[in-house]
Amino acid sequence: MKNVIEVTELRKNYNALAAVDSISFEVEEGEVFGFLGPNGAGKTTTVRMLTGIIKPTSGRISIMGFGIEQDPIKAKQLIGVVPELSNAYNELSAWNNLQFMAELYGVSGRVARGRAEELLTKFDLYDRRDTKVKTFSKGMKQKLTIAMALMNDPEILFLDEPTSGLDVRSARLIKKMMRELNNAGTTIFLTTHYMEEANQLCSRVAIINHGRIAAIDAPEKLKTRIGGLEWVEVSFSTPVTVSDLPDLPQVLEVRSSGDKLQLYTDEPGSTISRLVDYARSTDRTIVTLNTLTPTLEDVFIKLTGDGRAG
Amino acid sequence: MMAHDISDQMRRACAIAKKDIRIYYLLGPVIIFGILSPTFLFLAFMMGKDLPVDFLIAGLMGMTIFFASTSVAPVIAPIETQSRNLERIAAAPVTITTVLLGDVLASVLFGILISFVPILLGMAFGVMVAHPLTLAAGIVLATFCFSAMGLIFSAAPTSITSSVMMISMMVKFPLIFVSGIFIPISDLPSWGRALAMFSPLTYITDLCRYSFQGTDAGYYSVSVDLGALTVFLVIFMTAAIKLHERSLPERL
Ligand SMILES: Nc1ncnc2c1ncn2[C@@H]1O[C@H](COP(=O)(O)OP(=O)(O)OP(=O)(O)O)[C@@H](O)[C@H]1O
Ligand SMILES: [Mg+2]
Repeated sequence: MKNVIEVTELRKNYNALAAVDSISFEVEEGEVFGFLGPNGAGKTTTVRMLTGIIKPTSGRISIMGFGIEQDPIKAKQLIGVVPELSNAYNELSAWNNLQFMAELYGVSGRVARGRAEELLTKFDLYDRRDTKVKTFSKGMKQKLTIAMALMNDPEILFLDEPTSGLDVRSARLIKKMMRELNNAGTTIFLTTHYMEEANQLCSRVAIINHGRIAAIDAPEKLKTRIGGLEWVEVSFSTPVTVSDLPDLPQVLEVRSSGDKLQLYTDEPGSTISRLVDYARSTDRTIVTLNTLTPTLEDVFIKLTGDGRAG
Repeated sequence: MMAHDISDQMRRACAIAKKDIRIYYLLGPVIIFGILSPTFLFLAFMMGKDLPVDFLIAGLMGMTIFFASTSVAPVIAPIETQSRNLERIAAAPVTITTVLLGDVLASVLFGILISFVPILLGMAFGVMVAHPLTLAAGIVLATFCFSAMGLIFSAAPTSITSSVMMISMMVKFPLIFVSGIFIPISDLPSWGRALAMFSPLTYITDLCRYSFQGTDAGYYSVSVDLGALTVFLVIFMTAAIKLHERSLPERL
């Protein structure tokens, strides 16, 4: 697979603050690449540099072989950009916003009309195509902004928190659209705060914190990376409190959750047999027993919760 | 850039001009203000003075073109900074020159449209255009020149429209007094004549005098007027591009 985005030693300083601090990574053709990080980590700053909106302080960005600073027109021609906040023209209708995009990207009139109709229908905006965008709700604006980014049929689509603040149905529509586009071959660069969204959609994620990449890998591999630690969740036929349990050497933490107990352990196997022994010796039966593997959220908290002040 | 790329960018500049016209120019107040403000200013200064009507119309013409083409162009950048539309444009495959050219084109069309007002007004008073082709060339060149000038006012990386308006007013008002609009250049003292040479408004007003009042009414020759306007246009456009290239990153 060839790389469609190559980032080398990318850096952005705002006065004394290094918003993005020498990051390097590649995105392969056809990937959905997730960019996760807490507020202020430098996600938006990175996306804006990748899309040629702001200039890096130093470093190199290549979009399908074109340097974003050396060949900005050629690079920008190949990408679609959905920014953090909608930037459609409020005074233009949805239709005219889409046509303006087509003209800016040199899409011919006939193709543009067809594409605009298709996108407006897909995003449930066709009936409102002739109303000014200033009357649109946040979700409608967001969908229009995505449609605008798709008018040039981009090879790579950048989305900065596309589902933030949307209702479940709109968020699903947008996720479905990302999947469809990706299946049709579009590479997707996605920043998000929703771990589950990244987990479902992304082939690889980068976790960024304080302008640096803390980890970069496939979601499942990231989960195994935080050690063999797992939660074992158990419930007994009669209530057991945390203090009732015998000392279990492999268990690092025990917490109660409703009628269940959760044990954080690096050896789930032997922990389970100890629990069985305990049940037998106290004449209880085990009602449920589950192991919970770490979620992407656990990984995220572990990698970003380093106690440093934001 | 290759010829193909240049024509591509030209077409995209037209798209930007079309957007500007739709959003910023096709508004009742903008059009009415564009017509009324030079007319009122002019009447205020000329009321009661016993001057020939063709002299007045020529002066009004220069002023109208000046005001119309510098009215909206300066506020587009601060408005779009505020509304984040500029970020949309910055992500698109267009150069800063293309964007500014688009803004200039829209402003030129508006200036040309508004310039029909003094022509029609003149006709109503029986003032005929003696040199229509020269006038047409002058109007086109002057609207380009003033539109580019308008873009320089918005080069400060601010999103506050009123401060851009203030900068532009502070330059525009003094200029109308040193450009031979109210007093013919030939009647000015020598320092006044020297000062007038540095105002682009002088040359379009002079060209209007020639076009409306006949061959002898111009102070400079037609070629000097056209040449000077061209030189100002090149200077203003180059300066606007350089300044906006510098200020755009600070807006985003
Ligand atoms: N124009 C700017 N001038 C000064 N500092 C800035 C500017 N833009 C961003 N920053 C700083 O850079 C850092 C990274 O900001 P950025 O917007 O990239 O974060 P983010 O990861 O997108 O956060 P969020 O999840 O809240 O969107 C922040 O500390 C922010 O204050
Ligand atoms: Mg952000």
